[in-house]
Amino acid sequence: MEEAAAEQKYNFDVVRWFAVMTAVYLVAGALVGVYIASELAWPVLNFDSPYLSFGRLRPLHTNAVIFAYAGCILMATAFYTVQRTCGVRLWSDKMAWFTFIGWNLIILSAVITLPLGITQSKEYAELEWPIDLAIAVVWLSFMFNFMMTIATRKTSHIYVSNWFFMGMMIMITILHVVNSAAIPVGAFKSYSAYSGVQDAMIQWWWGHNAVGFYLTAGFLGIMYYFVPKQANRPVFSYRLSVIHFWALMFGYVWLGAHHLQYTALPDWTGSLGAAVSIAMVIPSWGGAVNGMMTLSGAWDKLRNDYVLRFLIMSLAFYAMSTFEGPIMSIKTVNALSHYTDWTIGHVHSGALGWVAMVGIGALYHMMPKIFHTPMYSQALINMHFWTATIGTVIYVVAMWVSGIMQGLMWRAYDDYGTLAYTFAESVEAMHPYYAMRAIGGGIFLLGAVIMLFNIIMTVLKAKNAGLVKAAKTAAVAA
Amino acid sequence: MSNTKASENTQLVGLQDRAERNVWLFAFLTFLTVSVAGLVEIVPLFYLDSALPAKNIPGVVWDRGDKSMDDWKEGDGVRPLKPLELAGRDIYQREGCYLCHSQMIRPFRDEKERYGHYSLASESMYDHPFQWGSKRTGPDIARLGGKYSDEWHIAHLIAPRSVVPESVMPNYPWFMEDTVDGEEIKAHMRALRIVGVPYTDADIESAAAITGKTEMDAMVAYLQVLGTMIKFQEGVEYRE
Repeated sequence: MEEAAAEQKYNFDVVRWFAVMTAVYLVAGALVGVYIASELAWPVLNFDSPYLSFGRLRPLHTNAVIFAYAGCILMATAFYTVQRTCGVRLWSDKMAWFTFIGWNLIILSAVITLPLGITQSKEYAELEWPIDLAIAVVWLSFMFNFMMTIATRKTSHIYVSNWFFMGMMIMITILHVVNSAAIPVGAFKSYSAYSGVQDAMIQWWWGHNAVGFYLTAGFLGIMYYFVPKQANRPVFSYRLSVIHFWALMFGYVWLGAHHLQYTALPDWTGSLGAAVSIAMVIPSWGGAVNGMMTLSGAWDKLRNDYVLRFLIMSLAFYAMSTFEGPIMSIKTVNALSHYTDWTIGHVHSGALGWVAMVGIGALYHMMPKIFHTPMYSQALINMHFWTATIGTVIYVVAMWVSGIMQGLMWRAYDDYGTLAYTFAESVEAMHPYYAMRAIGGGIFLLGAVIMLFNIIMTVLKAKNAGLVKAAKTAAVAA
Repeated sequence: MSNTKASENTQLVGLQDRAERNVWLFAFLTFLTVSVAGLVEIVPLFYLDSALPAKNIPGVVWDRGDKSMDDWKEGDGVRPLKPLELAGRDIYQREGCYLCHSQMIRPFRDEKERYGHYSLASESMYDHPFQWGSKRTGPDIARLGGKYSDEWHIAHLIAPRSVVPESVMPNYPWFMEDTVDGEEIKAHMRALRIVGVPYTDADIESAAAITGKTEMDAMVAYLQVLGTMIKFQEGVEYRE
């Protein structure tokens, strides 16, 4: 009865579509990732084909996981959370559908253009200018609908999750518009408005804040709603969440410069970025503690609540990555780690361990509530949890070893004071770790496939029993 | 979270409470908060001399006068790319080469010995967008120009493992067949002129001559010019 009331009060249709597409895109994004990881281990997989070569598929992988997977789960959870915490239906159903269709068309256009080599060649902002314009329009429709829903809310205060979602939306708008500024030459080519040192700083201001706002603030919005909901406990500390929010909004933006230490960027900028990076440990851990301590007194729930396991494991990875990041921004560490696989390992401990797992946890939490039936299989959720965790650990460990090894080999000297290794020798030494990385990624992909199967079976179960329809038409007591 | 607690506390808490009740105020405060870092870190790079500290040292930036692009000699200083080199750079972008090769040498002893003199900001002043890269799956190529013969590059691009057995680079056999279009490069040069690359009309017209060259010619021209523009002097401090 309660579910029927929610079904009729809120727009769950668009949430359902975003939710299912999330599972589809996680499989697709991870599949491309495993493929390009395999290309680095076994280059024959490039097959002499332009459309399959590493340089063109790598942007497809990053765009698929960032814009397709992460975008869909952010939009699903933001639309779900804002309705439930504000006690009102989405401000505009039509605009929500515009966002859904527009976003998926953007993803489709990325799938077509990137393998064709149509790219702005700025990392994580590769899509050419017509697609960039479409992203801006669809993103603004998402933000406007979200904020108008808050503006029409029935509750007095705006819930914490919505602060984080809003912070993400505002900052991503600024970043996208500034970083993508370019002069077009025809429909498929453009040149960045900036050059050299300025372009580098703007690019990494975008690059690190795509991580900081899209993949952190947005996913913290998910964390602040779904962890308390799944644990059935209030957030540990309201004050901590206020500090977490404002410190994150202020601090994260400075960090991009730490990607450019010892480069031709002026020294002061890189040092400033590194100093703030180190300070960011405090709010990040404050947030992780806030999430984890929400479980205090209810830790036993982890024994049989597999969804909660995903959420708590994600917080453990969040804490780990937000400790590792500041360490890597210290100049002496960065001198070794920059340009190596360590960076790739760091990104994936955040991307697989935090972003994917917290999103997956939220998805498993939402599915029964929006399809009005329990998940098809709890055992498969547990299996997914273990494949995701083991796959992530194998991946990250492989990259730590290879990254540190590369860094040490490049700077090693022999007894005569000459470089000990050629670059090619360092490439050869990476082979076992690249193979191990592909295997770790493959295990993670297997988990994603298990989830997709579980979700499809759940949707079919709900559809065959007519559960969504029944909830929509059920008589609801006043 | 209660209002009584808020009123007892400082003004800041009062502001937080008001923002939590008003979505537009909340959004405005967030906008201000996220804007600070960009204003401090990015805006000064457009006007501070320290962003391009070496640009006034003789021999760093090519003092062109009314000379033609063909009058430039190796070591005369940084100049815009010639049409065929630019065509090569377009291909470099298209194939995502920057994902595995950096063009930014850091001021360390091992990097100097492996790759050459550390990179200057002025060397990428005409690079829209920058190609510094973030990862060295392959080596840095900021000073690749002149290190290998054209024949080596061609063999390497067609089949990298034929010359470097350990390499994991993809093969690029299509560079031999596909050709570049001078008219297209003219349009590219005009666009680059709008964003500040000082191409003359004569430079742009000269692009017509490259029609029919292969993508391989363009790639080799680009790779062979990398890092050759400045002749570095002993004892000159190019960076503070």
